[in-house]
Amino acid sequence: MNAPFHPDSTSLDLLAVGTKARVLSIDWASLEKTEASRLRHFGFDEGVIVEPAHLGPFGRDPMAIRVGRMTVAIRRKHAGAIHVQPIR
Amino acid sequence: MNPLPLVAVAGSPNAGKSALFNALTGARQKVGNYPGVTVERHSGRLMLADGRPVELVDLPGAYSLDPASPDEAVTRDVLLGQQKGERQPDALVIVVDASNLDNHLRFALQLIELGHPTIIALNMVDLAKRDGLELDPKALERELGVPVIETVAVRRRGIQDLHAALDDMLSAPFCGVHKAVKSDLIHLQRRAREIATAAVVSETPVRRWTHRLDAVLLHPVVGPIILAAIMFVMFQAVFAWSAAPMDWIGQGVARLSAVVATGLPAGLFRSLIVDGAIAGVGAVITFLPQILILFLFILLLEGTGYMVRAAFLMDRLMHGVGLSGRAFIPLLSSFACAVPGIMATRTIDDPKDRLTTILVAPLMTCSARLPVYTLIIAAFIPNSRVMWGVGLQGLVMFGLYVCGIAGALLAALVLRRGVLKGSGGGFMMELPKYQWPLPKDVAIGLLTRAQIFLKRAGTIILGTTIILWALASIPQAGPGQKQSEVSIAGHIATGIDKVVAPIGFNHDISLALLPAMAAREVAVSAIATVYSIDSPDQQGGATKLQDQLQHRWSLATALAFLAWFIFAPQCISTIAVTRRETNGWKWPLFMVSYLFLLAYIAAGATYWTAVALGL
Repeated sequence: MNAPFHPDSTSLDLLAVGTKARVLSIDWASLEKTEASRLRHFGFDEGVIVEPAHLGPFGRDPMAIRVGRMTVAIRRKHAGAIHVQPIR
Repeated sequence: MNPLPLVAVAGSPNAGKSALFNALTGARQKVGNYPGVTVERHSGRLMLADGRPVELVDLPGAYSLDPASPDEAVTRDVLLGQQKGERQPDALVIVVDASNLDNHLRFALQLIELGHPTIIALNMVDLAKRDGLELDPKALERELGVPVIETVAVRRRGIQDLHAALDDMLSAPFCGVHKAVKSDLIHLQRRAREIATAAVVSETPVRRWTHRLDAVLLHPVVGPIILAAIMFVMFQAVFAWSAAPMDWIGQGVARLSAVVATGLPAGLFRSLIVDGAIAGVGAVITFLPQILILFLFILLLEGTGYMVRAAFLMDRLMHGVGLSGRAFIPLLSSFACAVPGIMATRTIDDPKDRLTTILVAPLMTCSARLPVYTLIIAAFIPNSRVMWGVGLQGLVMFGLYVCGIAGALLAALVLRRGVLKGSGGGFMMELPKYQWPLPKDVAIGLLTRAQIFLKRAGTIILGTTIILWALASIPQAGPGQKQSEVSIAGHIATGIDKVVAPIGFNHDISLALLPAMAAREVAVSAIATVYSIDSPDQQGGATKLQDQLQHRWSLATALAFLAWFIFAPQCISTIAVTRRETNGWKWPLFMVSYLFLLAYIAAGATYWTAVALGL
């Protein structure tokens, strides 16, 4: 885990709307196989820039995330598996 | 005979693949099913310059050859020549979204590696320009090593060029070898990013339209309000716009049966044609306008990209009972009719999510229940006012809808804890760019739905109505006997009596339940028929029927009958479409059993509560 080397690193589900961040690591093991493939298909990868764009109206779930040129919807639970470093 | 050369159109979801396929083939399309799976096979024909026909097949959208859904598995299997019922494609047209190259090129690279003759359609170049993106197709061609054609499928631009390129490719002898090299996904993704960067000539940052619209449509407060408004308009339209055409179809069917009735000699054969075939199929075809209007809205919502946003807004609520946001539209559609609703579950990736949605869809109060509800409410519920502006009859009707929704949510919850246990596929969807769908593409989609519906009406429904007719007509009643008692159906009703007597149902209801298996609203006409036979001097009009009911049924029985119809799966079309969509009899039988069980319990509970209260 890279976390100790990045003091202000967090997980994607805790990132505020409009905050850009770089993906540090993804906890692939915590995801089901198809979920992991889907995240890869969307372009989630270490080093990629992501940004929460919208939150669902109920329980702020799911989250709409900008990744590359796409906006994708994922549940908060899955966003929790993605560790990010906010870009200031 | 040599089969036609097969060209597969492949690409990632939201690349505009189907629009391109429509542009190449026009309305001459065939929709079938791949054997063993519920994935539609869309194919069409294209003429080459020398007059040779080519078959085009529109493969389901996929992000890679590493499938995460049944659709993607079919795409992979066809491309690798492993799909049952499909030959290996001779050439590929790969559709990529010009403004999303870094993602779409990954799949394109994977497909180019397969070694088929390949053309890239660089689609939606107009939207890329709108987003401030200038691309160099020649650079892309150099990097990828295959021809790249710029297209705007929804405006039919670049189609000629694509056609010409296909012509060249299929005319040249191909002696390549199909390779099975498989680079890993991460490597392909990074290569795709490099190529995409190399192909970009210039990029001016602009505030994209899609982002501006999403700021409103996905707003936590405004978004759900707009969604509710759209749904309201949709329902108004489904009921209001369909009234006139439904009348015309009803009149047309009546005229047809009158003509046929005068043309044929009286007897069993005339009865089969008029009372069996025409009446049965006619009753179902009446719903065609509602189904088409509903699908018009669904196609528009899908085509513009709003559908995914609706799923996004509703996902959390649906997730609470173990469904995904994608189930929202199919379930909503089921308020008009469960058949298109169940057909619309194809957009749900996860098999368990999809199955749960199919199994609870019949609990949504469909329009076929309305004739039954209206009749019983008018006959038994006093037209009194509960409070200002709220009538008791309306309140009961509303209660019946609420019971249906509550039943569906509860059933979903129980199913996900029991037979369909599992984490579910979660909710991972791309939010595509907003765009106006081309009217022609919408028209093709509607035509396809209408064909599927009519084909079913012509086969399964026709068959079942004939069987039901036979049960009700054979053997023929002698003088002084009642047809409804003598027939096989009459004997079955006597059997049903024993089962339904404990829940307060009388013999009239038993007689109506069997023909109502064809469709719920048939219960009304069946009861009317029974009474007109019993008292031939009276005309069985709607008002008369109400009076008759008031004399013959207790209030407790009437309420139990209403409760029964909230749950009972009395619709042969729903059962048939469930069989088709789940590929077997296991799930339709399960659905029928659990719904009948619920209906029995609900009717029984209602009856005994009412009796205990002295109603």
